[in-house]
Amino acid sequence: MTLRIPRRGMAQALALIIILMIDRLVSPQFFNLHLQDGRLFGSVIDVLNRGTPVALLSLGMVLVIATGGIDLSVGAVMAIAGATAASLADTHSLPVVIASALAVGLACGLWNGILVAVLRIQPIVATLILMVAGRGIAQLITEGRIVTFTSPDLVWMGNGAVLGLPTPVVIALGMLLVTAAVVRGTALGLLIEATGGNARASELSGVGTRAMILSVYVWCGLCAALAGVIAAADIMGADANNAGLWLELDAILAVVIGGTSLFGGRFSLVLAVAGALIIQAMNTGILLSGYPPELNLLVKAVVVLAVLLAQSPRLGDLSRFTARWRRTK
Amino acid sequence: MSDPSAPPATRPSLLDIRGLSKSFGTLKALDGVDFTLGEGEIHALLGENGAGKSTLIKVVTGVFARDAGTVRLAGREIAPRSAKDAVDAGIATVYQEVNLLPNLSVAQNLFLGRQPTRFGVVREGEMKRRARALLFDYGLDIDVGAPLSSYSVAVQHITAIARAVDLSARVLILDEPTASLDRHEVEILFSVMRKLAERGIGIVFVSHFLDQVYEICDRVTVLRNGRLIGARDIADLPRIDLIRMMLGRELAETTHERAASQPDTAREVCVSFKGFGKQGYVAPFDLELRRGEVVGLAGLLGSGRTETARLVFGAERADSGEAKIGGKAIRLNSPRDGAGFGFGYCPEERKTEGIVADLTVRENIVLALQARRGLHRPLSRREQDEIAMRYIRMLDIRPPDPERPIGLLSGGNQQKALLARWLATSPKLLVLDEPTRGIDVGAHAEIIRLVRELCEQGLALLVISSELDEIVTYSNRVVVLRDRAHVEELKGDAVEVSSILAAIAADTAPAHEAAS
Repeated sequence: MTLRIPRRGMAQALALIIILMIDRLVSPQFFNLHLQDGRLFGSVIDVLNRGTPVALLSLGMVLVIATGGIDLSVGAVMAIAGATAASLADTHSLPVVIASALAVGLACGLWNGILVAVLRIQPIVATLILMVAGRGIAQLITEGRIVTFTSPDLVWMGNGAVLGLPTPVVIALGMLLVTAAVVRGTALGLLIEATGGNARASELSGVGTRAMILSVYVWCGLCAALAGVIAAADIMGADANNAGLWLELDAILAVVIGGTSLFGGRFSLVLAVAGALIIQAMNTGILLSGYPPELNLLVKAVVVLAVLLAQSPRLGDLSRFTARWRRTK
Repeated sequence: MSDPSAPPATRPSLLDIRGLSKSFGTLKALDGVDFTLGEGEIHALLGENGAGKSTLIKVVTGVFARDAGTVRLAGREIAPRSAKDAVDAGIATVYQEVNLLPNLSVAQNLFLGRQPTRFGVVREGEMKRRARALLFDYGLDIDVGAPLSSYSVAVQHITAIARAVDLSARVLILDEPTASLDRHEVEILFSVMRKLAERGIGIVFVSHFLDQVYEICDRVTVLRNGRLIGARDIADLPRIDLIRMMLGRELAETTHERAASQPDTAREVCVSFKGFGKQGYVAPFDLELRRGEVVGLAGLLGSGRTETARLVFGAERADSGEAKIGGKAIRLNSPRDGAGFGFGYCPEERKTEGIVADLTVRENIVLALQARRGLHRPLSRREQDEIAMRYIRMLDIRPPDPERPIGLLSGGNQQKALLARWLATSPKLLVLDEPTRGIDVGAHAEIIRLVRELCEQGLALLVISSELDEIVTYSNRVVVLRDRAHVEELKGDAVEVSSILAAIAADTAPAHEAAS
């Protein structure tokens, strides 16, 4: 494992370095850091900080995708959890606020998990239900308004700092470690990869595939809820319509850039987070360059295309074919 | 019968295949096969799973490229490179799963891609009129404007045949067309087949229903393990000889001595089943599996062998009877239950139900053991390496690299790794479904040796095989199945190829009664 990751992650590491170099070209101060009020500032810190919600989402998404599924509802779950946290923030203590938001995420994950694992609905359709309904639920919680709050505890979740690093970054890092411990410290990782690789074979080997699938959707819901709390804390309010909008697509993209196949099977948590950072490094770079942000979408599309082409088995065949052709010539 | 594959003198030959070969990797799927189809002949192509029937069809219809051999259609050599080439040449195929578009109308399906048009606009009326006329020939008078999916499978099949024949087919290949039809629908299909044969079309009929073969076919060609066993006129071929051709004897590489037979009662019962069965799946059966004993399951394809194995392991839930271990009834509702009782199951479909192709040999081997230990007791990487290496050495899995994705191994080595997966759980009972199918001769002999060794070590084994010699070699008892029911149990000296054959071919009167 420790030996494998560097070799597997080469492409992603290279991509991140190239994009950071380009960022450095368009913005000479990109790597500058300075400490102010006990918190580090700088473009690199921005990339980490802004990348946090997608990184958190991708931690759950990568497990879901590893089982051969997909979760389209994470953006909507972010909105629900954010709305829950925002409406409780000024009247309850921070632990209660966070526990409630996470409980909401857990319930959402359980709903998705039951639809997929127990009722065997196709994941893309099953999670589409909550994707659509979720924003409605969030609006019911906020009663159609943008709920703002002033609770310094919750604001700290979005804007505070721990040992100089922004709190969201520390939370995401902690979540990565917890997820890694849960997945790789137990047999969960192997059994998820087996389930995603061949569910029938795994079932016949005695793997409880249903429990595996259920648990990854629950975890995905929890990660999305945490991302939602951070996003709400960041803007000191909950916007049911726009919180986490389209972020499910960024999370899926991060997982794919991280080399996990949408067909399921092998996955890497670290590389999925790296994928999220690659996406954010691109976003930040374009903002810094002064080009219109609309360009962002185009650049993103080109990167996706490049990643997918690099993973395409057809292209692999083609390169082998041309290599053979050159040899015979 | 000096040259069994020569065509009968009365019919001019239409499709003439000589020396056809096709390999997938090291596995010879077809090995110098000859096949001759006469004009107006209905010719059965028979063989167990993996015998090479579908490969033969796919090579002839251009789905696979051939390695060697010639295919002549009416004397002219053809080499189709796609299914469309084959259709253009005059060879049409109708598969068991009808290859049409269920949401379109019958007429649209019949004329898809060649609709009658005027100024580029499809002439619906004209198309319907022609479709009606076409199907009327086949004895069907239906509303051709209704979607295909609103009709029975039989009508869908006939539509597919009508389309195929209308595309100027001279040879029609029907791959298991009757598998999902009821008796009445089979009659309709057969009358269509007879009509087409009268018009001089040669029909290749693939089926595993021997009654139907005897009812409709003129000739039969039998394949086994990719080789031609023979071609005969069905009229001079007793049923038992046909079954012998299909299951017969060939196992030159393995020793033929029988496992030493001891009195069965001396052995400890591992698990027993009473009245165990599932409606529409396999009829209730009684079965005792004892430690240190191999029980073979013999029968034709579709006789209920795999179904029995799946019930015994818990992969399928029984709806009657009970299973007992040590006199106590057990709950056997899922593979997890089965694995929990120390059962192991190597399914016949290695690729779809056995291996997890992307994972390494090591991960595949530890999978069942890890699943049984549960999430919270993970095997450390060192333990995994040890287990994997132990079985790689013990079973001689090649290449001996535990980190290689298992999908890259040959069939025989995948099979060994699957055996290792269960052996690592120290099982009490192993259920092996066709453990030697699709693997090369060397690995074949090794697997048989392994089955015997495991048995000597005190395991209970339930083994399915289509190769009767193989079953006879290692089985202490053989259960014979027919029409999804256990019909006979052979013990001791009665375990012989001839007695198994006799039991399989025995009185099929009930099936005939149902037919008439």
